[in-house]
Amino acid sequence: MTRSACLRLGLTLATALCPALLSAAPPVQKVVILATTTSTQDSGLLDELVPAFERETGYAVKTIAVGSGQAIAMGKRGEADVLLVHSPDAEKGLMTDGAGVNRRLVMHNDFILVGPAADPAGLAKLGAVACFQRIAATGSLFLSRGDNSGTHAQEMKLWKAAGLAPEGKAWYQQTGQGMGQTLAIAAEKKAYTLADRGTYLALRKKLGLPILHEGDPALRNVYHVIEVNGARFPKVNTAGGRAFADFMVSKAVQTRIKDFGIALYGSPLFFADAGLPE
Amino acid sequence: MDLIWDGLRKALELLVGLDPEVLGITLLSLKVSGLATLISVVLGMSAAVAVALNEFPGKRLVIALMNTGMGLPPVVVGLFVTVLLWRNGPLGFLGILYTPAAIILAQAVIATPIIAGLGLAALQHLPPELRLQILSLGATRPQLVWLLLREARLPLLAAVMAGFGGVISEVGASIMVGGNLKGSTRVLTTATVMETSRGNFEVAFALSFLLLILAFSVNALLTHLQQSRRPR
Repeated sequence: MTRSACLRLGLTLATALCPALLSAAPPVQKVVILATTTSTQDSGLLDELVPAFERETGYAVKTIAVGSGQAIAMGKRGEADVLLVHSPDAEKGLMTDGAGVNRRLVMHNDFILVGPAADPAGLAKLGAVACFQRIAATGSLFLSRGDNSGTHAQEMKLWKAAGLAPEGKAWYQQTGQGMGQTLAIAAEKKAYTLADRGTYLALRKKLGLPILHEGDPALRNVYHVIEVNGARFPKVNTAGGRAFADFMVSKAVQTRIKDFGIALYGSPLFFADAGLPE
Repeated sequence: MDLIWDGLRKALELLVGLDPEVLGITLLSLKVSGLATLISVVLGMSAAVAVALNEFPGKRLVIALMNTGMGLPPVVVGLFVTVLLWRNGPLGFLGILYTPAAIILAQAVIATPIIAGLGLAALQHLPPELRLQILSLGATRPQLVWLLLREARLPLLAAVMAGFGGVISEVGASIMVGGNLKGSTRVLTTATVMETSRGNFEVAFALSFLLLILAFSVNALLTHLQQSRRPR
């Protein structure tokens, strides 16, 4: 290839690629950064709600789906405008810290304990805490998310309630991955794991892991929306964060949350709770 | 196994049906990784030439650093770039976090040492007499560089392919600095991760096949450039 041909190719590429860059950044104030958990994205709920919010308000939402741990850490540093998370204890830390304001209940679903159909630990008909004690006593393989997510936090709480410290035990393994992957690994290894119902329902057909325990009040999985404190972090889009939080607890959206997933999975994935006592 | 076949069929469906979302994701992958590679070619090749043609104290250390850089883990790059680009971070004023520009930046950081390291090895592999010969024929410095680059064209294009392959396939940095935003920063690898965690394995496979097809097409083009009119 001659030098001029090289140059021409380079120029063609550059002109083809530059518009993509220039069009990339919308005006700053119109952008709302939503830090949330993988479960709200993986279940498809946000795919339905976020475009509706954007149409209604003209804001452009950047949905950063990470574990609740990371989402709350982003809020703590003012790197997000609004959070939709499910890790109540960590959320309270954020609120006392003053980085979050106006924490409001949005919805809940619940955690379930799933495991191999043969149920080697014999969990059927036990309470949630008793299940965990039983898994430990029988040394049955248990997979933990191990990623500071809301699900992981809930699991740690249950181990604590059971009076156990499973970390480091041979039967206790941490995947460090999202709920979907952890469920897939549990199915492969015939292990027990704690899952949120939404992700489980979305994957149920592919897994072959029955629910072994559900319905215990200790297994409620509660989602809150929290606005990041614009008084502390001047770069936070306070109005945008507030608009999204208001949107999530609005009557119309609560109805959509209530109905979400019924057509696809036969049962709702989330229960709308806005305005109810904690 | 049937998942893989379903994925292949789905990939063909998406391709033939020109699914606008998947097409957009594929084109974005090409644009982002192509531009990142282009930037890395300029930076990496310049570094390779500068190091190859000059003697200076600490040269071996610099080469060792360049070679280490070839193994930079994408997540590490992603983490650094994210923290730098945070709106309260040192480069926050740019406002490019969670945009394609951020992915290009991170990928350029990943690909530059690959192209620099392999490019340097290619240039150093040339017989040293060649340089003397070219200079003795009265070549200027730019002419010398151009002739050396031409001479090492085969391994240099291999370096470009390695750089492109490194960034088109990486997911750790793209997902962190881009955020996998639908219609804006979702590229083939981050979409594959998301569809996998959603349990949509056929779609994930389909995206994987598209990624492979894309990587093959680009490499086929580069290979064509590399093999056509081979010197001597």
